[in-house]
Amino acid sequence: METVRVERGTKVSRIFAILAVPAVFALLTMPLWGDPGDMRLIAEMAYYVALAQLWNLLAGYAGLVSVGQQAYVGLGGYALFYLTGVWNMNVYLALLLAAPFAGLISIPVSFAVFRLRGAYFAVGTWVVSEVFALSASLISVLGGGSGLSLTPAILREISPDRSTRDTVLYLMTISISLLVVAVVYLLLRSRHGLALTAIRDSEPASASLGVNTFRTKFIVYIVTAACTGLIGGLIFLQKLRISPEAGFSINDWTVVVIFMVVIGGIGTIEGPFIGMMIFIFLRELFADYGTIYLMMMGAIAIAVMLKAPMGLWGWIIQRYDLQLFPVGRRLALVPTEPASQP
Amino acid sequence: MEWLNTIIQGMLLGGIYALFAIGLSLSFGIMRLVNIAHGDFIVLSAYVSLVVSQGTGLDPFSTLIIVVPAMFVLGYVMQRGLLNATLSGGLLPPLLVTFGISVIIQNGLLQGFGAYTHRLQEGAIETASVRLPGGISIGVYPLLVFAVAILSIGGLQVLFYSTRLGRAFRAVSDDADTAELMGIDNRKLYAVALGIAMIFTAIAGVLFAIRTNFDPAAGPIRLILAFEAVIIGGLGSMWGTLVGGVILGVAQAVGAALNPTWQILAGHIAFLIILIVRPSGLFPRTRD
Repeated sequence: METVRVERGTKVSRIFAILAVPAVFALLTMPLWGDPGDMRLIAEMAYYVALAQLWNLLAGYAGLVSVGQQAYVGLGGYALFYLTGVWNMNVYLALLLAAPFAGLISIPVSFAVFRLRGAYFAVGTWVVSEVFALSASLISVLGGGSGLSLTPAILREISPDRSTRDTVLYLMTISISLLVVAVVYLLLRSRHGLALTAIRDSEPASASLGVNTFRTKFIVYIVTAACTGLIGGLIFLQKLRISPEAGFSINDWTVVVIFMVVIGGIGTIEGPFIGMMIFIFLRELFADYGTIYLMMMGAIAIAVMLKAPMGLWGWIIQRYDLQLFPVGRRLALVPTEPASQP
Repeated sequence: MEWLNTIIQGMLLGGIYALFAIGLSLSFGIMRLVNIAHGDFIVLSAYVSLVVSQGTGLDPFSTLIIVVPAMFVLGYVMQRGLLNATLSGGLLPPLLVTFGISVIIQNGLLQGFGAYTHRLQEGAIETASVRLPGGISIGVYPLLVFAVAILSIGGLQVLFYSTRLGRAFRAVSDDADTAELMGIDNRKLYAVALGIAMIFTAIAGVLFAIRTNFDPAAGPIRLILAFEAVIIGGLGSMWGTLVGGVILGVAQAVGAALNPTWQILAGHIAFLIILIVRPSGLFPRTRD
């Protein structure tokens, strides 16, 4: 006798989850044994993974191909600098407020851009981001075109000692980035995730089966904006300076992120990790040759899109059926105990 | 009078925006290609003109003899070799591939020419102007650019509505599958379409670079301006694109008259307002 059971995880995913524990532990204890340069690189990898997961959630699942997410990176960064510099707010509180700030701004933005579809939506989000960038460069309390710097007083608030401060920033970056990845993962495992996966696979079909596609997309857009704003605050807390050009840079915060997601595998959680590692690897390897690494990222992304549109992880799934972050549900046959004889 | 002057200058400014937009409008209208690299092709044309001009001593206008065919070939080859493969799989493939091309062109130019700004020199015509009654003075060069925009669109209308090639373009635009059944080789036609789009991109690139400084990063804002003109005008309508360019130019000129730093912002805001009020533009022709 066999019955059918719904399974969430697989054997591989359970082994991976067990292996992930010491890896996360190693990341979190790195200030004790690691080199400061490596820590900076790892912090950067962490926030890029978070940005990539967020864009993947937006474009890969909800079908909202935005090229304007830099708007929320910049807004989060500016919120942090404004609240600490002008309102003298505590730096942790200001960082925490960057998320709801970006989320709130994204609501009226969504009313405008959600009227657009496909390519119009993409370019519309970009124009909105340009509007924020130009506005920031016109507002004198935000430092105009030259932007703002974090004052030494704010840095002393984190810690008067530089190496302690580096450690605190590192731990914050790692934990917030992990948190964002966890939010995306749990969201995808939830009922909303089921709706999102359905939208990813076919929007009309999911709508006909009762998925409220508009509301689902709306929620995803707001959550993504808020999380992107938080990451933006975190990024510029480390950079210590923000300007309209750096804060709202489409190349830094959206284009390379899109490349990461596409190369790694759009519509999977594993993909953005792989894409990020390829990006960092190329950048470090060709660090002495200017922006060659960006051209290579572009070329690889083109090749992947044409030859293996599901990305590297999509290709692996096709061949080996591996899942490290199982968000789906699968049916398994389970032998049941033979019914006891009376 | 001052406002009339502002509006006239804005309309003339719209001429260059319409020229930016023609190539984009063509590839968008005929094959639904979202060409993110369009602005970078405009800037690339300016660099090709610069190199030709430095190498041969030709003035920028004369370099068009070389820049235009070069860009036509580039467009043809790119569509055949790369972009045709992206057209069947939804929005993301063309968007991403042209994003990749954009990054490659920008950084390639940066590696080859450095981040310096350049400008093409055409001599006296750049600063010549005509006086109208009422103290309004109009630059000869902006007028020339506007005339080129009108001639280009007029020429395209003739191409579209009076030639075999134009009929084929309209057929694939309306229904690519049926057109193919009627014996049209879509892939070849698309390649010719991007080639023709690139002719206008080349003209726009050279004309813009005579008036404005350019550097390797100058492409994206040109793309946005071109998109705004296309979308304001309505997809697939060439004269609409001209109107879109003019509206954008006037909005920018009015913004700049209020405060010089508001120029670009005013254009974006006008675009967003029109988009919210009429998401399909003012004179839509093609369904997207």
